[in-house]
Amino acid sequence: MNAPSLVDLSAIGRGFADLALDSQSVFRLVLSAISRPGQIQQAATDIESPAGLHPASAAVLLALLDQDTRLWLSPAFSGGLAASYLRFHTGCVITENPIAADFVLAQPGELPRLSELSQGSEEYPERSATVVLQIDALTNEGGWRLSGPGIDGQAVLNVSGMGALFLDDWRESQQLFPRGVDLIFTSADRLAAMPRTTRAEA
Amino acid sequence: MFQSVDNARFSERQHWMKLIARAPEHMLEAALALIPAQSHVWLRRPESGLFMVQGRVGGTGNRFNAGEMTVTRCALRLSCGTAGVAYIQGRSHRRAEMAALADALMQAGQYRPLIETALLEPVSGYLEEQNRTRARKAQSTRVDFFTVARESGDPEGAEGGA
Repeated sequence: MNAPSLVDLSAIGRGFADLALDSQSVFRLVLSAISRPGQIQQAATDIESPAGLHPASAAVLLALLDQDTRLWLSPAFSGGLAASYLRFHTGCVITENPIAADFVLAQPGELPRLSELSQGSEEYPERSATVVLQIDALTNEGGWRLSGPGIDGQAVLNVSGMGALFLDDWRESQQLFPRGVDLIFTSADRLAAMPRTTRAEA
Repeated sequence: MFQSVDNARFSERQHWMKLIARAPEHMLEAALALIPAQSHVWLRRPESGLFMVQGRVGGTGNRFNAGEMTVTRCALRLSCGTAGVAYIQGRSHRRAEMAALADALMQAGQYRPLIETALLEPVSGYLEEQNRTRARKAQSTRVDFFTVARESGDPEGAEGGA
């Protein structure tokens, strides 16, 4: 195991003001987002997320991570303050190996192939990775058409920076159901989810 | 995880943090009362938990778990940007907060001489006195064990002595 690195605390921002209530309300938001894929939720928090980490990404990870979860950071995040910030506030374990991670924080272009992430097992499909994908803009106008459980008819989600190649990867990963990864898109203070049951077309 | 820390860069701060962590509440109150109230934000609110204390008999051999102790920790940041951290024994959130504040003020510079004279020196005197008292009490109950060797070749004498 790596020796814990010494971190200058004065560079680390505040986490949730009220640890219990704030993390519960963010958990509720994530739950709503996953139950209604494509619907955008607003995370109203006053956390001081480090540069490069959007408030919504920070909020979701602060609420979900603890000392028993392993987090993989894509190169954009692993070098910066985000890693120290998340480790200080949650005690999570940062892993170098994407396949070992319970949570993945990435930006478009740095997300590994979904087959390189933990997909869970047939017996325990919930042990798969949850990916927090931080993007520049997240809107409900003109983008992927989503359908599936939790969606009345069709939903539209515009995820900036994600190419068509990703959708091929997504469909391939869905062949493994009930195994597969779940996605949470975050941008500024907005978040939306695409669980493994959601079908997406460009 | 067990680590020894030999890094000279951190030893000075470790030294004052150790004194501050052991300072009784009334000494912290008295010292911080000399300084204008500092506003701070919590990086980590005071939280109490258990630490497993490990020991080694005589400093050698394998570690064993000596027992758990209650520890309260917190981290805060002053308005000037300096961060202070405290880990104290016990469950007093107030004492943890004051200890973290004192740690931050020691780094901030301006109030450092004041904290040194009003807090660190009295605390170090208090701790030395506490150590001496404890050593004296222990010393007064000391028992020296010695064994009288049994004379050989004199069974009756040995019986009589028993």
